[in-house]
Amino acid sequence: MKLLLTLLTLLHMHEIPQLKDQALIESTCRNTANYQLCISTLLANPKSATADVAGLGLIIVDAVKAKTEEALSAIEEMKGLHPEQRYALERCTAAYKAVLIADIPESVAALTKGVPKFADFGMSDAAWEAEICEGSFERVAETPLSGVNKDLRELAEVAKGIIKILL
Amino acid sequence: MSFPNTDDASNYDANQRPHVPLLDSADVEAPAADLPRQRRRRRRTAAVVILLLTGLLGVVYLVVTMTSNGEEELLPAGSPESSTTLQPEKMKPVARGVEEGVSEKTYRPSLGARAYPWTKRLLAWQRTAYHFQPKENWMNGPLFYKGWYHLFYQYNPDGAIWGNNIVWGHSASKDLIHWHHLPIAMHSDHWYDINGVWTGSATFLQDGQLIMLYTGSTNDSVQVQNLAYPADPSDPLLIHWVKYSGNPVLFPPPNISPQDFRDPTTAWLTPEGMWRITIGSKINGSTTGMSLVYDTKDFKSFKLLNGSLHSVPGTGMWECVDFYPVSKNGKNGLDTSEYGPGVKNIMKTSLDDDRNDYYAIGSYDSEAGIWSPDNPDIDVGIGLRYDYGIFYASKSFYDQEKKRRVLWGWVKETDSEETDTQKGWASLQAIPRTILLDKKTGSNILQWPVEEVEALRRNKNVFDHVKANPGSIVLLDVGSTSQLDIVAEFEINEEALKKINGTNISYSCTTIGGAAERGPFGPFGLLVLANKDLEEQTAIYFYISKDLQGNFKTFFCADHSRSSEATDVDKAIYGSIVPVLEGEKLSMRILVDHSIVESFAQGGRTCITSRLYPTKAVNEDAQIFLFNNATDASINASLQIWEMSAACQRRRQKIVNKD
Repeated sequence: MKLLLTLLTLLHMHEIPQLKDQALIESTCRNTANYQLCISTLLANPKSATADVAGLGLIIVDAVKAKTEEALSAIEEMKGLHPEQRYALERCTAAYKAVLIADIPESVAALTKGVPKFADFGMSDAAWEAEICEGSFERVAETPLSGVNKDLRELAEVAKGIIKILL
Repeated sequence: MSFPNTDDASNYDANQRPHVPLLDSADVEAPAADLPRQRRRRRRTAAVVILLLTGLLGVVYLVVTMTSNGEEELLPAGSPESSTTLQPEKMKPVARGVEEGVSEKTYRPSLGARAYPWTKRLLAWQRTAYHFQPKENWMNGPLFYKGWYHLFYQYNPDGAIWGNNIVWGHSASKDLIHWHHLPIAMHSDHWYDINGVWTGSATFLQDGQLIMLYTGSTNDSVQVQNLAYPADPSDPLLIHWVKYSGNPVLFPPPNISPQDFRDPTTAWLTPEGMWRITIGSKINGSTTGMSLVYDTKDFKSFKLLNGSLHSVPGTGMWECVDFYPVSKNGKNGLDTSEYGPGVKNIMKTSLDDDRNDYYAIGSYDSEAGIWSPDNPDIDVGIGLRYDYGIFYASKSFYDQEKKRRVLWGWVKETDSEETDTQKGWASLQAIPRTILLDKKTGSNILQWPVEEVEALRRNKNVFDHVKANPGSIVLLDVGSTSQLDIVAEFEINEEALKKINGTNISYSCTTIGGAAERGPFGPFGLLVLANKDLEEQTAIYFYISKDLQGNFKTFFCADHSRSSEATDVDKAIYGSIVPVLEGEKLSMRILVDHSIVESFAQGGRTCITSRLYPTKAVNEDAQIFLFNNATDASINASLQIWEMSAACQRRRQKIVNKD
């Protein structure tokens, strides 16, 4: 009996931190504009299990960074396939490079050092650069980069929602 | 990064942006034939050369663009408008829940925002001619010492971004206008500031000794306070600084988050003989912003007082807190330690939440260590703002030489980070402003550009009683208009004011469509950085509303919605109520300096700082117009307009002190 109780207690103790972390992830994501995207991005990263709110923010910022790199690769490919879009693609390269060079590192530093407004600046600009890239194409409903631009904008907005909690 | 070098107009179709004309029937009158004006030579805008400090990498900018404007709610209908108290538009606490689809930052054209093909010429024009504009800047420790004004600012020698390795840049000036860039004052070279030498404040001790308290970000990213002092007090340029060997002198108290503890203020001497400082923070686990109080004798060991100097729920973290006395009846500023019956105390904070600077007037009880607002409805963080435009992290200091309190404020870019990358710089300081209590209203301060800026004036143009009928625009021909100082007075037709009935329709600068939205008594004012065809224009204006009881309210607004054909820039509309007393004329002053415009109404009761990025209204194509978009009342305006010279900024390693 004692053994059973001990085992059960140990199992229970193991569960409680996980429950708490899950609760933190859920409540954090409820503060964002896209709950599902927030949850799925965080849960895909094992660090989210033990992260505080700033840490969760950093995970999303990291996802924005990955998405930016994905966008830059896609743009490079497209330059070969769509020479007629050269101008827009160059605008997009410039925009996304600014995200990589400035917005991401600034957001990371801000969240690490506890001055979250700079992360808000960074993620706001990241979302804006994505919009600017999208808008640089001739007025068409779907540009070659619509998917990745939208993804990046949405991730950046999720990041901003988390950052707002820290302000 | 490749970028077209020439105007790539073929790839940018300005017609995609809907053009909303300012007036229903724009009736542009001929240039106001007027009193003989001085002839002026065409001048090219002087290029401002900002020299880099030796040994530092060239790259630049850092501040990412962000606009944030708190939603301004209207006063509830029927609230009494007293002619002597300011009833500002009440600030709504920033939404902390799920962001709505349309966020507070709706001023960026989101659909169809596209990269404008900024040319080198256009970007070069944006550089200011007479504003302080180092590579990176947040405010720190301004002071006056042995004949020089000093400005220390946050600087990243690696240039690219905020965050890693912030150090103290340093510049000095004799007149707050012409600056000499000096070597880095303090590097991030100890464990207690390795992650950033952040904001600090200077205090003069009784014997005239100068000390500095500043926030350091430690190797663990904990925020601590450190003590530093000049290595050589006889050096008026204060080039070298020494950090106290016993740093840090303050760690975050146990019940405060280690990252909610920064920006110590200038100390003041209490009647009990202790030095006292306050540090902005936030009650842990809440959204209550507050300011902690410490007493010290030697700036090395401190005693934390119970509670806080003040706190306000819902305001979030308080940054860059400032706390200073103003004279109730005198003409001068006051030393930070002044205390007594002739004194009111201003509590100011920068709110992390919405990037605005708020202040409130109140009374300070030294014994209890508590400050309380005169009007809790407009308490710190929920009431008055220093500035209704782009103005943050501001800090004041007492200029003991000229006996005035001077305010610095940081003004960021509101274009995209990518454009900042191209142009090679970002952000600047507003022109320093003096602060005085408004003795006539008693419920707000007055901010006014320091008098030294007037030394830059030249080529004065006077326009006397220029009339503008309802729905008209008048060109004010002053030549090249990128650098101007404008002083204007307006009179509105009294008959119309009396005759037309009031309405119960509430007005707000930010929510009612800007300068194109016509009322019986407004909007009217000036269009600056406007091109000939008015495709680009920025309206700085008054709007008078009249309620059903016949009470008037005056609003002072800046409308940037037509400021540029580019869509990758912010185009918000800013402003607030401005108190106007019986018998007062409406007056405004506007400083135009390329991409920054600073506007002051009623002697500085309400201020608006604007960032503007026109594509056409630049250099010789920038004009100014008087406009009246009211439906019923005609106005007449009297103006004095000066061109402003450029103020060169230099690097000096050795300056011969000419005193």
